[in-house]
Amino acid sequence: MPTLTYLQAISSALRDEMRADERVMLMGEDIGAFGGAFKVTDGFFKEFGADRVMDTPLAESAIIGCAVGAAAVGLRPVCEMQFSDFISCGFDQLVNVAGKMYYRQGLAVPLVVRLPSGGGFSGGPFHSQNPEAWFMHAPGLKVVAPSTAEDAKGLLHAAIHDPNPVCYMEHKHLYRRIKGEVPEGVYETPFSARVAQPGSDLVVICYGAMVPLALEAVSDGLDGASVEVLDLRSLVPLDEDAILDSVARCSKVVVVDEANATCAAGAQVAALIAEKGFEDLDGPVMRVATPDVPIPFSPPLEQAVLPSVERVREACRELLEY
Amino acid sequence: MSIDVAPPEEAAAGLTEHLTLEDRIWLLRAMLLMRGLEERAMNLYRQGKVPGSFYDGYGQEAVSAGAAFAMAPEDRLCILHRDLAAHLIRGVAPAQVLGQYLGRSIGITGGRDGNVHFGDFRLGCVGMVSMLPDMMLVATGMAMAFKMRGERRCAMTWFGDGSTSRGDFHEALNWAGVQKLPVIFVLENNQYAYSTPLDKQFAVDPVRRAEAYGIAGVTVDGNDAEAMFEVCREARERALAGDGPTLVEAVTMRMHGHAAHDDMKYVPKEQVEEWRARDPIDRQVARLVSLGVDVDALRASVSEEIDAATEEALASPMPDPATAASGVFCEGEPELLGDGMARWSGFTSGGGA
Repeated sequence: MPTLTYLQAISSALRDEMRADERVMLMGEDIGAFGGAFKVTDGFFKEFGADRVMDTPLAESAIIGCAVGAAAVGLRPVCEMQFSDFISCGFDQLVNVAGKMYYRQGLAVPLVVRLPSGGGFSGGPFHSQNPEAWFMHAPGLKVVAPSTAEDAKGLLHAAIHDPNPVCYMEHKHLYRRIKGEVPEGVYETPFSARVAQPGSDLVVICYGAMVPLALEAVSDGLDGASVEVLDLRSLVPLDEDAILDSVARCSKVVVVDEANATCAAGAQVAALIAEKGFEDLDGPVMRVATPDVPIPFSPPLEQAVLPSVERVREACRELLEY
Repeated sequence: MSIDVAPPEEAAAGLTEHLTLEDRIWLLRAMLLMRGLEERAMNLYRQGKVPGSFYDGYGQEAVSAGAAFAMAPEDRLCILHRDLAAHLIRGVAPAQVLGQYLGRSIGITGGRDGNVHFGDFRLGCVGMVSMLPDMMLVATGMAMAFKMRGERRCAMTWFGDGSTSRGDFHEALNWAGVQKLPVIFVLENNQYAYSTPLDKQFAVDPVRRAEAYGIAGVTVDGNDAEAMFEVCREARERALAGDGPTLVEAVTMRMHGHAAHDDMKYVPKEQVEEWRARDPIDRQVARLVSLGVDVDALRASVSEEIDAATEEALASPMPDPATAASGVFCEGEPELLGDGMARWSGFTSGGGA
């Protein structure tokens, strides 16, 4: 198996799908001749042409709206938001048109929106957000967030094959930092959680960039404790069984989000555990997340709000001592 | 703001070249059916049988009838809430329309969405959302797919004067202009967006913006079904020839309130009277009577159809509450949009497509 970066794994999935299925087409700003702001579609323009690797006008609402129309007549569009932050300009089309279409009138809208998200680079308030919870709250949208190169490819294949609109959260901080062995060809990673590291004293539940962060935080063994890391991979659908299974085995839970804390994915996980896992708990569910502030620009300010290895470690230690 | 349209005599000249007598009767029939069904639904609303509010397109029947009449089975339509005739032309059964208002399982959405928020995708139609110009982009995306695949077909969508203020209006016209897409944008200028008149909506007649987007723009008397048909037939020909989109501004008047609760006190009485004299159904009736058509018999047949539909819709069960949370996501292979009916002789005789 070849070793690919997270970013190369995304490109590989797109390339395989484009080669295998002529219905698949890519739409976005600067993705064609330029190859994309992060070079995910580098070389695609030459191989697949301007129609299937479409440089669109700078119009996010139009990108999503046109993708809905194209999907309704048989294409499988994959839209790139240059930064996930910009989806706010296409929110209405995604939430009101795409998300509600199947429930209202039985018309499926198979499209994928790729959302390069997350902070850590001094991107400031408009290039660093983690907007996944906006879409978890909107019925009819699936939301996935890979943390490894293998899942980045497999989840994207599954998203493109899915008959529903799927928000694919790809974390910019993982693009070139994460590498791994990736199977060749088309394979699907299921929209369910995976145990990234098994354990029995405490479980850290997280997704996306918080998975490698959590693994690093618990790598020194936390004074000999056996710590599990559960990688959610999919936020909608949320793998309730896997979450409750980890809770039953570990009894202590730390939930980590890079997103702002209020109503985040982790808040939903905590609510689920309070409702259905209460009897298994041996301490309060602890949360580590970004406080409810815009992501600031200057490095010391940004580092002060984003979850860190140290903050995750502290939360785990505190809970282990409970 | 007043927008000029050609006077009726002038607009009517040369219209019949592409319309047989049967076509002209069909246009009237579609408008009569739309008005009759909406009047019936309004009665049901007043009886408390229609949940929510009630919206209709009284006085605007020619816009959707004429435009949809020019569209082929393989074309795709995004229809708005004052355009019932377009659904009827594509083949939606009157009982399904009334069932939709009543929130019954026989309605196109089975009670999942209300009143005119529907589109039968099996007939090539996509239902609207309440953010009205959104569908301009959906239609643009369909046209984009048609062009990419080299298919000779086009998309059509409707929207109102208020929609011209939203960003999606701009994004759609710009995108369709840049890519020269086969899409027809029907701007239904009915003088008011809820209570807001045209002079608070735009500083220039929006059809003039067509030039700025590099696309064709045409103003037409929206109360003349045959003129609507002709303008849209030409727009479709342009689209199929690869000459890009057309912005059709259909000038008409919303003769009822925004919805049933709206007494439209903000509309001057003279304005309503002026437009009442230009009623689209009266105009088509006058034409056909002068040609010796038995319009009374047509009215009677439409009326019977509406009575039967009412009976059928009222007999249809309400949706099962146990199903309310199901069907949010599609499972399995999606069903694609199907073809609708096309009534124009140019299609049925094979000469127009």
